[in-house]
Amino acid sequence: MRKRLSQVCILIAALAAGAVPVPAQPAQLAQHEYTESEIEAGKQQYTNNCARCHGPDGDNVANADIGHGKFRRASNDAALVALIRNGIPETTMTGFTNMTEPNAQTIVAYLRSMASTAAAVAALPAGDSNRGKAIFDGKGACGTCHRVGDRGSRVGPDLSQIGAQRRLVELHRSIVEPDAEVIPANRFFRITTKDGATFNGRLLNQDTFTVQILDVKDEKLKSFSKSNLREYAFVNNSPMPSFKDKLSTQELSDLISYLASLKGQAN
Amino acid sequence: MRHTILPRALFVMLIAAGSLQAQVPYDRLLRSGQEPQNWLTHHGNYNSQRYSTLSQITPENVKNLEVQWIFQARSLEKFEATPLVVDGVMYTVQAPNDVVALDAATGRIFWTYSHTPDQASRPCCGRVNRGVAVLGDTLFMATIDARLIALDAKNGRPLWNVAVAKPESGYAMTLAPLVVKDKVIVGTAGGEFGIRGFIAAYDAKTGNEAWRFYTIPGPGEPGHETWPANSNAWEHGGASVWVTGSYDPDLNLTYWGIGNAGPDYNGDDRAGDNLYSSSVVALDADTGKLKWHYQFSPHDEFDYDATQVPVLADMQWKGSPRKVMLWANRNGFFYVLDRATGQFLLGKPFVEVNWASGFDEKGRPQRVAGMTPNSQGVLILPGNQGGTNWYNPSYSPRTGLFYIPTWANYSSLYVKQKQEYVEGKNFGGGTPRPTTPTGIRTTANNYAKEDEGYGAIRALDPHTGEMKWQFKMTDVTDAGVLTTASNLLFSGGREGYFYALDARDGKLLWKFPVGGRVISGPMTFSLGGKQYVSIAAGNSLFTFALK
Repeated sequence: MRKRLSQVCILIAALAAGAVPVPAQPAQLAQHEYTESEIEAGKQQYTNNCARCHGPDGDNVANADIGHGKFRRASNDAALVALIRNGIPETTMTGFTNMTEPNAQTIVAYLRSMASTAAAVAALPAGDSNRGKAIFDGKGACGTCHRVGDRGSRVGPDLSQIGAQRRLVELHRSIVEPDAEVIPANRFFRITTKDGATFNGRLLNQDTFTVQILDVKDEKLKSFSKSNLREYAFVNNSPMPSFKDKLSTQELSDLISYLASLKGQAN
Repeated sequence: MRHTILPRALFVMLIAAGSLQAQVPYDRLLRSGQEPQNWLTHHGNYNSQRYSTLSQITPENVKNLEVQWIFQARSLEKFEATPLVVDGVMYTVQAPNDVVALDAATGRIFWTYSHTPDQASRPCCGRVNRGVAVLGDTLFMATIDARLIALDAKNGRPLWNVAVAKPESGYAMTLAPLVVKDKVIVGTAGGEFGIRGFIAAYDAKTGNEAWRFYTIPGPGEPGHETWPANSNAWEHGGASVWVTGSYDPDLNLTYWGIGNAGPDYNGDDRAGDNLYSSSVVALDADTGKLKWHYQFSPHDEFDYDATQVPVLADMQWKGSPRKVMLWANRNGFFYVLDRATGQFLLGKPFVEVNWASGFDEKGRPQRVAGMTPNSQGVLILPGNQGGTNWYNPSYSPRTGLFYIPTWANYSSLYVKQKQEYVEGKNFGGGTPRPTTPTGIRTTANNYAKEDEGYGAIRALDPHTGEMKWQFKMTDVTDAGVLTTASNLLFSGGREGYFYALDARDGKLLWKFPVGGRVISGPMTFSLGGKQYVSIAAGNSLFTFALK
C-alpha cells in the first residue's frame, strides 16, 4: 500500500477518471476518447476474460503491467485490439478468437481508463492507515453511514471487507466522486405515505405493488404497499458527500490506506 | 419511476445518531410470552409449548382464513423450518442453509444469505434446516456441515462463522439454535455415522465456545460405566441432538432430547444402558454441567431417539403445583417428569407398544423378553419412525391437553447385522423392515388400510395419559402442532392439507390443500392488528389470515 502510493507524482486533477469520459491517457498512446458506457462494458469484458490471469489491477503478469498503460507489444489501440484477439505466440497469452472487434475495443477503453486512474492514485503521497482510521472516525464521520465490523451504520455500504472487494482506484473514486458509480444494491429510495409520513432508506427490493427499504432513521427493515403511498422515487444521487475538497491529499491517501486494510474476516 | 434529489445534508441528519438499541435483547426472549404478536424463538418461547395467546382467529371464524402470500423456496429439499417473526420481519431458512428475511405481511424479500455447505456433509435424513435464533440484531444458523454462523439481522451480512464439528466424520446440524442469555446453544446430529454427540454453547458476540457437554460421558465421568469397559464403543456411540431444547429461567436449566445409540440396531458391542442416548438431559445454562437426566430407552436397539421437544408446563400434580416436563417419546410412551429433579411421575403408552410392559418405581421400562432385534427380524411396535418423532407437539394451558402428532398401528421388523465402525460411514448395524405390503403408499397414491398404519393428532390428559380425542388422517404425519388461546389447533400431514381443529374435541373446522407434504411446525403472529398463521409445506411457505 505504502509503496504504491509513494510512486512518482502525477497531477491529482487527472484522476477524474472512472466513469466519466476519459481522454485516452497516457497521451502518447491515445487513439480515441472513450465514453462511459464503453468503459463500463470494457470493465465487464475485462473481468470475464482478462482478470483471471492479469488480476483486477492488471499487474499480475510479470513484465505485462497492462493496468498502468505499459504495453510492450502494442503501440496503439488498434494493435491492442489485434493482440487481444490473436494472442501472443509462444506465451500464455492466448488469442480470444471468438471475441468481436467492438468488444475487444471496449477492453482497450477500460485499460486506458485503468491507466489514468492508477496514475492518479499513484500520485498520492504515502498513506498511513492509522491516521486514516482517525479520519474515518473523526473528520470524515464515515461511521454515520458506513459500518466496519460491529460499529457504524448499516445504511451505507458495509466497509468491513472493502479492502478485499475494491481496488485502490475504486476506493479513491468513491471518496472524491461518489456519484460516479452507485452499484444497484446501494441505491436509495424516498417514500411519502398518504398520511404524509416520509421515509428514506436503502432500497432492498421492489415489485409492482410493494417496496422494501432499510430505513435510515432507525435501521429497521420496512415494507410498504405502494397503494398506500402518495409518492415514491429513487434518490437520484449518492447520499454520500464528495470529500474532494474536504480532505487534503495526504488525508485522502491516509483514508484510502485505512480502507484498503479492511479485509474483514474469512467466511 | 420518478427520481428525486435528496439534499445530502438532510440525508445525514436523517441518519440516527449514535448506536441504536439492539432489537431483541435477551429480556425480550425471556418475556416472549408477553408479546404474542412476535415469534422470537424456535418454539415460540422457552417453555416450547407451541401455544399462542393470540385469539383473533376463532373456531367460529377460522373458516374465513385465506392465503395472504406464498413464499416459494428455490430448493427441492424438505422445508422443515419454523420461521421467526421479529417486529414484522420474518426470518426463515430455505434448505439447506439459505437464510431469508421477508416482510411478514406480504412475503416480499428483504435479503437472502446463502451458505454453501461443505461437500463432505452427509446428514442422514435430508439436507434440511429447522430455523434460526435471534439475539440483539444477530441471527444464528446451525448448518448441515456442522458450522454455526452469525448474521446481521438487518442485512444478512455474516458476522462470524465457526466450525462446531467435522462434517467428514458424519457430524451435521439441522436444528434451530437456542439462545440463553449471551450464549447460543446447539447440538450435533450424526448418530447414524458413529459420531460422539455433544451440546455446546457459543458466545453470541464472538462465536467462541463457552462450554461443551458430551452426550456420551468420557472415562472418569459419571455414566461412562454404562458403556463397555476396555472398548472404544463410547467414542462413536452416537447420541445425537436433532431438535431445539427448552429453558427454565427460574431453574436456569436447559433441557435437550438425545438421540439413539449407535450402531442403531445392534447393541452387541455396546453392552450397558449407553447413557445419555435416548435420554433427556437437564444442563446448567451457564456452565453446561449436568443437573439430572432421565433415560427413556436404556440400551436402545430400535432407533428410539429422544428427538422430541421438551415441553415445559406448570400444573397441579396430585394436588400440588409442580414444574413438569411433558414428553411423548418415539418409543411409544407418554411421560411426565419433574423438571427440577428429573423424577419420573407418569409413563403410559399413547400408541400400541410391545417392547416394554410398564415401568419400575424409578421409571425404568420393564422389557418384554425376546423383543430385541435378531438376524431373522422381530416385529416391534411402534416401528422405526416411532409413535411420534421430531415434529413438535403442543400443550394448551387453556384446554389442559397435550397434543401429539402420532403414527398409529405402525410397526417394523428389526433385523440385526454385524457392524464395523469406519469414520464417516453408516453405522446402522441392521435394518428396520416394513411390516406392510410393498406399495401400500407411493409418492402420489395411497392404498393403505387403517390397520397398516395411519396418522393422527392425539389429545392426551397429561395427568393420566388418557386419550381424550383423536383426529385421524389416512396417511401418516410429519407435521408439528400449534394451539391458540381461542381453542384452535393447527397441523397438517403428508397428504398435503393444512387444517384447523377445535382443540377441545378434535372437530375439523377448516382445511386448505397446500399441495405438498407438511413437514414443519405451524406458528402464528400478529401485525397491524391482524393475526396470521404460517406453515411450510412442500417447497413453499404459506401465510394465512382472515378475509
